[in-house]
Amino acid sequence: MDVEEGRWVSVVGDNGSGKSTLAKQLNALLVPTRGVCFVMGKDTKDPSLQWEIRKDVSMVFQNPENQIVASVVEEEVAFGPENLGLTSVEIEERVRWALKVTGLFEFAHRPTYALSGGQKQRLALAGALAMKPRCIVLDEATSMLDPEGRKDLVEVLTRLHHEGMTVVMITHRLEEILFSDLTAVLSRGKLAFYGETKDLLDSTTFALLGIKEPPLFKLWRNLKSRGLLEESTYPTVRNMVEDLVERLCL
Amino acid sequence: MHFLEHLSLGQYVPAKSFIHSLDPRSKVLAVMFLITSVFLANTTLWPYVIWFVLIVIISSLSNISFKTVVTSTRPVLILIVFTLAINLFFADGRELFRIAFISITEEGLLTGIKMGLRLFYLVLFANITMMTTSPIELSDGIESLLSPFKRYGLPAHEFAMMMTIALRFIPTLLDETDRIMKAQLARGADLDSGGIIKRFKALIPVLVPLFVIVFQRAEELAVAMEARCYRGDYGRSRMRPLMWGVCDSLYLSAILFISASGVILDRWIL
Repeated sequence: MDVEEGRWVSVVGDNGSGKSTLAKQLNALLVPTRGVCFVMGKDTKDPSLQWEIRKDVSMVFQNPENQIVASVVEEEVAFGPENLGLTSVEIEERVRWALKVTGLFEFAHRPTYALSGGQKQRLALAGALAMKPRCIVLDEATSMLDPEGRKDLVEVLTRLHHEGMTVVMITHRLEEILFSDLTAVLSRGKLAFYGETKDLLDSTTFALLGIKEPPLFKLWRNLKSRGLLEESTYPTVRNMVEDLVERLCL
Repeated sequence: MHFLEHLSLGQYVPAKSFIHSLDPRSKVLAVMFLITSVFLANTTLWPYVIWFVLIVIISSLSNISFKTVVTSTRPVLILIVFTLAINLFFADGRELFRIAFISITEEGLLTGIKMGLRLFYLVLFANITMMTTSPIELSDGIESLLSPFKRYGLPAHEFAMMMTIALRFIPTLLDETDRIMKAQLARGADLDSGGIIKRFKALIPVLVPLFVIVFQRAEELAVAMEARCYRGDYGRSRMRPLMWGVCDSLYLSAILFISASGVILDRWIL
C-alpha cells in the first residue's frame, strides 16, 4: 500500500480488521513485526526517526476525552508545539491558526471540560494541526460525533486537503469514503481493496469484498440507471438532491 | 449523587484578573507561607480574622465571588466537622457540660474550632490558588520551584505533569463515576441505604469499573501524548514562559508580611 502526499485516503473494514493498527503504524506508535513501513521516506522501525515521523504525521483518536491533556483550550492546543521546542511566539501563532481553522478561536480561554463532544473532537483536531503536520491520520474520529459535528469535521478536513495536506481517515461509515480520493478496504488484517474511491462505488466490487452496499449508493445507482441523475453526479445526498431539483425543474 | 453535580474542588476558573495574571511560583510560595502561618498560630482566634479578610481581598482581586470560593470547600466539610468532633469529644480540660458519658471541655471546644478552622483555611488557600492558576501553569510553577532538586534525582517535570493530568481528569472522572452510579442504580443497585459497611460494599460495583476505566484512559492518554511528540521535559518549550514581575514580588511580600503578622500577633502580642 502506497499513499502519495496530498491524497485523501479512507480506510474501511470490519471490527478487528486492523484499521487502528494500520493508523498507529503511520505515526510510529506501532512498528511492523513483519515487512516494512516507510513514512516520508523514514523507516518507522528506526527509533531515532520515530520522533521526526510524529512531527510529520499527526493523529486524532476516536475518543477526544482521552487525548486532552490540559484544562484550558489554548493550553491544550499548545501542548504539541511545546513538545517540538518552538519559541513562544511561534507556538502562539500556531495555536491561533489551529483554533481559527477548527472554529474554536472564541473558546480559547474556556475550560476543556465545558466543551461539547463535537467541540472536544475539533479541539483534538486543533491540537494535531498545531503541530503543522504534512499528514493527518484520523482513527474513527467521527464515530462519536452527531451528524452536525461530523459535517463540521469533514468540512475542516476538506479545506486542509485542498491546501495540500495528506488525510488518512479510518472510518466504519461507508458514506465517508466519498470525500476521499482513494479507499483501502481491510479484511481480517489483509488489504482486500486499495484504489480510487470511484472504482469501489460499484455493486459488484462491494459484493466481491463481502461488504453490504450502503442504501445511499443503491439509490444513486438506481436514479442514474433511470436517467434521473447526471453520470458525473457524486453519491452525496446534497449532490443528488441538487441534481434532481435541476432535472425535475422544481 | 447531587454532591457530584456541584463539586468544584480546585477546579480552574478562567478569568482576567490581577491574581490570574501573577506568576504561578509567587502564588505557590504565597499559599505555602499562608498554610505554614495557619499551623504556627495556635494560641488565639484573632489571626483567623486577619486571614478571613485576606481571603475576601484575594477573591475580589481574582474576580471570583467569595461565595464560590467558600462553596468549593464543601467536599471537605465532612472532614472539617470530623476534626472538630474528635477534638470536642476527646480532649481533657475544664468541663463545660456533659452529654451522657461524654464530657465537653473548654479546651476541647477551642482546640476543635481551631483545628477545624485550620483545615478550612488550608483548603481555602489551596483552592483559591488552584481556581486562579491553570493546571499547566501550576505544574510549570511547581516544576520550576522543584528544579533545584533535579540534581538530587527528583523527577520534577514528571511530578508536575502527573499533577496537571490528575487535575485535568477530576471533572471527567466525576462524570464517569456519576454515569456508573446511574447505570448501577438503573439495574437495581441500592447505594443509599444501610449502614457504613453495607454502603461501602454497595460501592464496589461502582469502584471496580471506575478503576478499569481509569487504567484504560491512562493508557490511551499516554499513547495520545506520545503521538504528539511528548518526550518528558527533553527539548520542551513553553507557550508562556514563566516571568517573575514586580507585581509578584509585591504580592509575595504582602502575603509574607500578613502571614508573619498573624503568627507574631498570636504568639507574642495577643
